[in-house]
Amino acid sequence: MILAIGVIIIGRLFSLQVLDTKYSVLADEQGRFRKVVYPDRGILFDRKGRAILRNTVIYDLMVTPGKIRGMHMDTAAFCKILNIDTSEFRKRIITAIIKNKSYRPSVFESSLSDEMVARINESMYKWVPAFYLQERPVRDYPYDAAGNILGYLSEVTPEFLKAHDGEGYQSGDYAGKTGLERSYEKVLMGQRGIEYWKRDNKNRLTGKLDNGRFDTPAISGQNLHLALDIKLQMLGEKLMDNKVGAIVALDPRTGGVLAMVSSPTYKPNLLTGSERGKHIGQLLLDPRLPLMNRAVSATYSPGSTFKTLQALVGLQEGVITPTTTFLCTGAFYGCGRPMRCLDPGNFKLKEAITFSCNTYFANVMQRAIGNKAFSSPREALAAWDKYMYAFGLGHKLGIDMPSEKPGLIPTPALYDKMYPGMHWNFCTFKSVSIGQGEVNVTLLQVANEMAYLANKGWYITPHMVDSIDGGDKYGLLDSFKMRHRPLNIPDSVFEAVQDGMQGVMERGTGAAAKVPGIIVCGKTGTVENFYKGKKQKDHAFFGAFAPRENPRIAIAVICENAGFGASSSAPIASLMIEQYLKDSIPEPDRQARVEAISKMDLMPARILDAIRLRDSIRQAKALKLEKELMKKAKDTMDIRYEDDSELPDAPQKPEKEKESVPIKNVKDTVGFNAIIADKIKLPLQAISKS
Amino acid sequence: MRDQIEISKGIDWLMVWLYVILVSIGILCIYSVEYRQDESFFNTVFSLNKNYSRQLLFAVICGIVATFILLTDSKLFTAMANISYVFGIILILATFVIGRDINGSKSWIPLGFFNLQPIELCKIFTALALAKFLSRPETNFEKSSSQIIAGAIVLTPAALSILQNETGLALVYFAFLIPMYREGLPGIYLIIGFSLAILVVATILVEKNTLAIILTAIAIIMILSFKKTIKRNKSVLFLIIFLWGVSVGIQRFAVPYVFTKVLHPYQVERIMNTFGADYQPDQNAQKLTAEDQKEIEKLNEKKKATENYNVKQSKIAIGSGGFWGKGFLKGTQTQGDFVPEQHTDFIFTSVGENFGFWGSAVVVLLYVLFMLRIVNVAERQRSKFSRVYAYSIAAILFFHVSVNICMTVGLAPVIGITLPLMSYGGSSLLTFTILIFILIRLDADRQMILR
Repeated sequence: MILAIGVIIIGRLFSLQVLDTKYSVLADEQGRFRKVVYPDRGILFDRKGRAILRNTVIYDLMVTPGKIRGMHMDTAAFCKILNIDTSEFRKRIITAIIKNKSYRPSVFESSLSDEMVARINESMYKWVPAFYLQERPVRDYPYDAAGNILGYLSEVTPEFLKAHDGEGYQSGDYAGKTGLERSYEKVLMGQRGIEYWKRDNKNRLTGKLDNGRFDTPAISGQNLHLALDIKLQMLGEKLMDNKVGAIVALDPRTGGVLAMVSSPTYKPNLLTGSERGKHIGQLLLDPRLPLMNRAVSATYSPGSTFKTLQALVGLQEGVITPTTTFLCTGAFYGCGRPMRCLDPGNFKLKEAITFSCNTYFANVMQRAIGNKAFSSPREALAAWDKYMYAFGLGHKLGIDMPSEKPGLIPTPALYDKMYPGMHWNFCTFKSVSIGQGEVNVTLLQVANEMAYLANKGWYITPHMVDSIDGGDKYGLLDSFKMRHRPLNIPDSVFEAVQDGMQGVMERGTGAAAKVPGIIVCGKTGTVENFYKGKKQKDHAFFGAFAPRENPRIAIAVICENAGFGASSSAPIASLMIEQYLKDSIPEPDRQARVEAISKMDLMPARILDAIRLRDSIRQAKALKLEKELMKKAKDTMDIRYEDDSELPDAPQKPEKEKESVPIKNVKDTVGFNAIIADKIKLPLQAISKS
Repeated sequence: MRDQIEISKGIDWLMVWLYVILVSIGILCIYSVEYRQDESFFNTVFSLNKNYSRQLLFAVICGIVATFILLTDSKLFTAMANISYVFGIILILATFVIGRDINGSKSWIPLGFFNLQPIELCKIFTALALAKFLSRPETNFEKSSSQIIAGAIVLTPAALSILQNETGLALVYFAFLIPMYREGLPGIYLIIGFSLAILVVATILVEKNTLAIILTAIAIIMILSFKKTIKRNKSVLFLIIFLWGVSVGIQRFAVPYVFTKVLHPYQVERIMNTFGADYQPDQNAQKLTAEDQKEIEKLNEKKKATENYNVKQSKIAIGSGGFWGKGFLKGTQTQGDFVPEQHTDFIFTSVGENFGFWGSAVVVLLYVLFMLRIVNVAERQRSKFSRVYAYSIAAILFFHVSVNICMTVGLAPVIGITLPLMSYGGSSLLTFTILIFILIRLDADRQMILR
């Protein structure tokens, strides 16, 4: 009998332990805990090695309610340090117990101030083991600038997790949401470590499994070196105070972005601390759209800055020479209804650029479209389009920033669609010749155009990041190492255009933007725009590069609804050029200029109206509704949530116009299209959807 | 030196070693249950606030007790047998007055640093008393009066412990049927006893009508298969019908009667729980309000959930050990406190997890070897007293070991009895130490005739 029982038991043990594997799976599930160890995120440096985005630590005060019992704690003294009363103390403890049980630590107070940390540390010994301080790494922006470029982190969404399956993300993680944090998420995040812990029946971690034999250590994220000059960036942000617009400054030789300002902007440190949720809500609801990066996400008609490119086309196609003269009597009469011109006179190419003669460039494009070398205007337009694409317009340049817009260059197909069954010719789109009408560019494209002119025929794709510490493992920077020389245009052609641009700064529309001691080539632009069918004050454009020989900076500035460019965009560009080339602005009168421009209030009336509207009581109710919507959308929503194909690792998917909920809300109050500023809205949408 | 030789003379060292090995494994296992990475061994071992350090202390005390037992004269045990039995019964009765309530049974006497459970201890006295009674020259075990007296000796403590809500321990006393059988108790009693036990358990576990049908079916099959015999001898038919009647009677009337009229509801509930059955009191017999009914249902559900949890966790812990085990102090289930009562009733799970199949098999084989050795020793005794006593111990060990291990691997219902020598607990360890060392002492004096 004894033997029989012995055999039965051993047999049962054999089946349980050796034959059946389900129990070890169950045991692993409940007894093991896979803990993800987060590495330090990569640090971002500017071109001079200054850290502009780094990691810092903030502290949370944690409590294990179960351990308070029997500690004889002086609750009153504790509350005094934390500036709370005892009933609040009790409330928090009870909440902690309800939420997280009494034997597990919960957050008692999060994101303590430095002062609070110091005070708590002083008397911490009285409160252990029930209380302890827990570090939490957060991102820190030492200059509190360049928020639009650097971007911020937010909690990952289920869609993001789905798209990045197998890359080690889990719910509750943070990932780059906008800016470089998003573009370079893959390098910045580093490699997560995994630790296996033992866990007990109450889900507490008791110790490392096998003393950490199965653990993989965390590898810190790679640091990025940017082309950005943080001093220049800060000057740009200061100059753009109280204005709506953007600045893009490029190094024409490398394509590196020296500064990229979008105004109004926000202080990036607002989005790191404990108040993050509150701030992000405010920013998303702000009718000035501070979270938008106007340098790459807003498109404008380029206005007269476009003329420089028309000159190139004309010269290259042989329809004009530098000495070709057109008479301007005050308007362009080539197409029946006259197109107004500012300065009447008899112009050669150089002067035409210098004085921004509309008639001249209307004639140039009329000749180009009517060129006998092509059988029809549509073929001529197609040829013209090739130039425009070569100059980097009408398509995304491919900068390492999310949410870049392609802009718009009119194609024969577009006009077929706009005028179905009808004939169209140059006169149909004559305003395109002066950078109005069916042409849209981003400010980045304008800056790149300036770099192209500065380099006399080539450009490197603009980019923020120059190098990655520890090597570019994913080939993210490969496209920034190639010179694009799409057309073979002789230097003489460029010289002619540059002559004209130099003239702009010396005698023409850009005289206000002179930089002492430096030869600058520039071009102003004044762009008509409409908002809800009403004509608004013109946008002020300015594009320039300097010095003319061996150019080191190419810059584009837009001040929305600022009127004539000479008073705002041009001086801003000039100050930026000086700051960059001289690394400071030495003369006191120029310094005073900085202050004056910074104080100059050019906030467009429509934005002020929108703000007033938002603040009105009636609107407040609607906003409350929006806020609820926002809560649902959480702060994980980007202002412009595009496909994840924007991230460098994903294959490029066919473009889709996808707008998030918040943007639609904002649209109702201010009219988002207004800022993109365009006369013709319908065909634009039709194009982008096709 | 001479003393030592005298003590060690005739001692069965195999049993002593088996004892030492099993106790040591037990302490190691208790240590592995309580082991935490961040605690230093030396800090905890002397502070006595950990179970393994206390168990170590118990082991030392047991060692001293064992030495004393080996030093006593075997005649003392025969002389003390009856008195000690009376003493044990008095102790059990005393718990009704001064007992402490632990885990719902009032069977413990607080003794300062540990609690004594007289029912545990009484196993020794019962074994001695039974041996004493059966070895009396005037006892004729063929006579039913003697059999009844022997039965009374064994079943009195069992009955008392049922009253104390320790059904599991009460069941152990049925193990004494085995030595009685060895001494000439007709096999029919064993069969009747076992049949009765099975019938009672079946009554508790199986729905009553289903059981009645099953019993009837068995009776019909019996009649059909003994057709020829019945033709020759009608009395066989009557016997079968009589047995069937008795069985159904017990199942339908006797057990419900005892449960509803004799025992208190809480005792019934506890018995039911012992076998993992729901307690549903008879509405007619007990006037219960709807609320009480609900309350009881809730309790049942909760109990069932915990019990399922225990067995499931126990199986997970053992099953996850695999063939070679996870290694000593590396069991995640053991250290995570997943198995409730792991240091006492479920100590075998830590063997299973830490040492895997080979380890648990070795432990099982050690027990088997121990029991076979005791049976072997029993058979070489010249005096009846020693033999009866040895068989009693083998039976108790057998019952404890098989039920406990079967319970941990999910082969038997969860009955709260310990794994001898390994489970944490002073009472249990001390009881088995005394049981075993008295046997070793008796065996050393096997040339003597003891009565």
